Amino acid sequence: MSSITCVDLRKSFGDVRAVDGFSLSLEEGTTAVLLGPSGCGRTTTLRLIAGFERPESGTIAVGGRTLAGPGVFVPPEKRRIGVVFQDYALFPHYDVAGNVAYGLGRGADGDRVREVLDLVGLGAVADRSVNELSGGQQQRVALARALAPAPELILLDEPFSNLDASLRAKVRDEVREILDAQGMTSIFVTHDQEEALSVADVVAVVGDGRVVQVGTPEEVYSRPANRWVAGFLGEVEILPGIARDGNVSCDLGTVSRHSDLVGEVDVMIRPESLAVDTIAPTSHEAQPAIVVSRRFYGHDQMLELRLESGRIVRARRLGFPAWHPGDRVRVWIDGPADVLVRD
Amino acid sequence: MAGAALAAAAALPLAYLLIVTLGAGSEALDALWRQRTAELVLRSLALTLAVTAAATAIAVPLAWLTVRTDLPGRRLWTVVAALPLVIPSYIGAYALLSALGPAGLAQDVLEPLGVKRLPSIAGFPGAWLTLTLFTYPFILLPVRAALRHLDPQLEDAALGMGRSRGNVFWTVILPHLTPAIGAGALLVALYVLSDFGAVSIMRFESFTTSIYTLYRASFDRIGAASLATLLAALMLVILWLEARMRRPEALYRSAPGTARATRLVPLGRWRWPALGFCAAVAVLALALPIGVLAYWSLRSVSGDVAWAEIAAAAGNSLLVSGLAALAAALCAVPIAVLAVRFRGPFSVAVERLSYTGHALPGIVVALALVFFGTRVAVGLYQTLAMLVFAFVVLFLPLAVGVTRATLLQVSPRVEEAARSLGRSPFAVLRTVTVPLISSGAVAGAALVFLTAVKELPATLILAPIGFETLATEIWKATSVGFFERGAVPSLALLAISALPLYLLTARD
Repeated sequence: MSSITCVDLRKSFGDVRAVDGFSLSLEEGTTAVLLGPSGCGRTTTLRLIAGFERPESGTIAVGGRTLAGPGVFVPPEKRRIGVVFQDYALFPHYDVAGNVAYGLGRGADGDRVREVLDLVGLGAVADRSVNELSGGQQQRVALARALAPAPELILLDEPFSNLDASLRAKVRDEVREILDAQGMTSIFVTHDQEEALSVADVVAVVGDGRVVQVGTPEEVYSRPANRWVAGFLGEVEILPGIARDGNVSCDLGTVSRHSDLVGEVDVMIRPESLAVDTIAPTSHEAQPAIVVSRRFYGHDQMLELRLESGRIVRARRLGFPAWHPGDRVRVWIDGPADVLVRD
Repeated sequence: MAGAALAAAAALPLAYLLIVTLGAGSEALDALWRQRTAELVLRSLALTLAVTAAATAIAVPLAWLTVRTDLPGRRLWTVVAALPLVIPSYIGAYALLSALGPAGLAQDVLEPLGVKRLPSIAGFPGAWLTLTLFTYPFILLPVRAALRHLDPQLEDAALGMGRSRGNVFWTVILPHLTPAIGAGALLVALYVLSDFGAVSIMRFESFTTSIYTLYRASFDRIGAASLATLLAALMLVILWLEARMRRPEALYRSAPGTARATRLVPLGRWRWPALGFCAAVAVLALALPIGVLAYWSLRSVSGDVAWAEIAAAAGNSLLVSGLAALAAALCAVPIAVLAVRFRGPFSVAVERLSYTGHALPGIVVALALVFFGTRVAVGLYQTLAMLVFAFVVLFLPLAVGVTRATLLQVSPRVEEAARSLGRSPFAVLRTVTVPLISSGAVAGAALVFLTAVKELPATLILAPIGFETLATEIWKATSVGFFERGAVPSLALLAISALPLYLLTARD
């Protein structure tokens, strides 16, 4: 339950720079997510924090104690950092209680084992072999094992990726609740933007071994730092626009922006921020368009619309009413739109 | 560090043998010249080629019949066909010689019918027959595995293109089996070159028997050493050729998902010749040796059997093989950990070094240790420790292989998890790594025991004076024609081998 500060971490494997100037600072009790595509260096960063890899330069400090830095390298067993691995890495030769007690050392306190197992809701299976458990239960054993020695910080590497999609959301909420109940500072690593946005207090978007943007889930989703972050966090339309007098005009109309931007900019709009109907409300500036194609997903539908300028934009609407190719509609911005300085 | 020291120790005898041979210089060359070495090389290679060809000719049809056809009793034949592997070559040679030789059982049966004297099978034909019958499973097992993994859709596709079944076998199935046949044939070839038991009982002059005779009869140590070096070089050349010829193979299913169950080829009228073939192999390689052993045992039991000697020999066999198994398993753990977890140029070299014994015949390692024992480690010469060490050098690769394979299945994340839970690297090794690979180490020990209990030439040369094992008892009796005396120890040896074999197969 401590703050963590990483400054300018670097780590290469041969010619590959896995981590290249990674800096991040988190307050005590924060749940942070490192989000990035595979190969972006997020798992290596986690391994640097845990002490499984030695950084070439940079410093790591947890709760004010320097764990890695010039002339300092604290081995993993002395860092008091819990780790939950993607494949859980349970000890197959110990039962559930044995796994949890492992980190408590000799003369392990039976009460503490029971307390932690109850916390994760596994009190009833304490003497089972870990191989008999379901994936979700194994995951909770891994979490209980990491929590048992009361670490300063807990790291979770793609912790939900081995679970069925149907279980994932539920387990995610449970894990978040358990971590909150302990006031635990935690860092998750994932490539799944939905998981990142739903579980985090703070999202750090990682690309090419460094943090590209840090912010709340809402911030990074609706106000991405650049086109790459915008595209990585979800589907997005980016339209050229002209900024003048605090307003930006583009093919979809005018976006008001209280900034002193002037000249050519990019307007970023998520497809769900585009409203579609046959008649537009008078309060909005709507554009005529023709439905080009439609994909139906059940709870929603994705429409491709051709504007009068010939530009194609996508709009995500609820599944009903159904639109069809050839329908003449009106489209307007109904939600957040962000303006980016052109890359 | 421990692993490196162990691996270096394993490679030491070979290095020493090389030093002795090279140190002798022209004397060694003279010795090779005197012994008509070229002829010896040709004879050994001829036997190796003949056995490898014959074993392939038996193993491939047998594998196909037991995997891909509706042969009656397929499961039974599967087990029976692999069993000759447990019969040591010297017991096989003794059984065949005492059954089919001029003074053998067949002669007794045929004499009333007017057959005066059966032709002798000793020499090349006997050695060839014995080694073929007891090594073909080395090819059968990998070919069976390859056939089972062969995607039947490949065959269906070829049949669908209008090819006949026979044509499909030659153009589709056989090319997919060549890696397996090659791997098995290599094992057979190395086995034949290093075999001492069968060739000595069949009185076929080969490399190994020549080395033994030179060493025992004339104490011509330089001559024996130079022959041994040459034999080791020959085996290394074969290994090198094999490694060079092996192309990167990518013969696997291209589609995801599980392969469809194999459809069996109906044999129809052909099932009778097929059954005849299987039965003939089973009779010669299994029923005949066991029957002969049982016959001689019964005859000897009615006379006076040296029970005390046999019990002592069995005890010695258990003792020395047990110690070798234990020592090899203990050495295998650090070498495997080093090779898998600390991969680098150094640990790769250590692992390679520990495999030296794999390419060396028992008699070469034994001879190298004789030199080492008489000149350097004088206190160890003709002690039990020296014999156990020889076994460790010879069979360490088996233990390392199994232990390494087990460790490869343990995710390094498990050890990292233990580190993050506050345990030092050594504590993690003790509480996580070693317990998780112990099953592999036990299997490795069983494999070493199974192999060591049958070992003959190193035991003959290195055992302390008066220390007889079942293997040496059998060989000493039967190599001079006392067939009755070898029978009970042979059965005892087969019985002792059954236990670790059961342990190993129960694991799968």
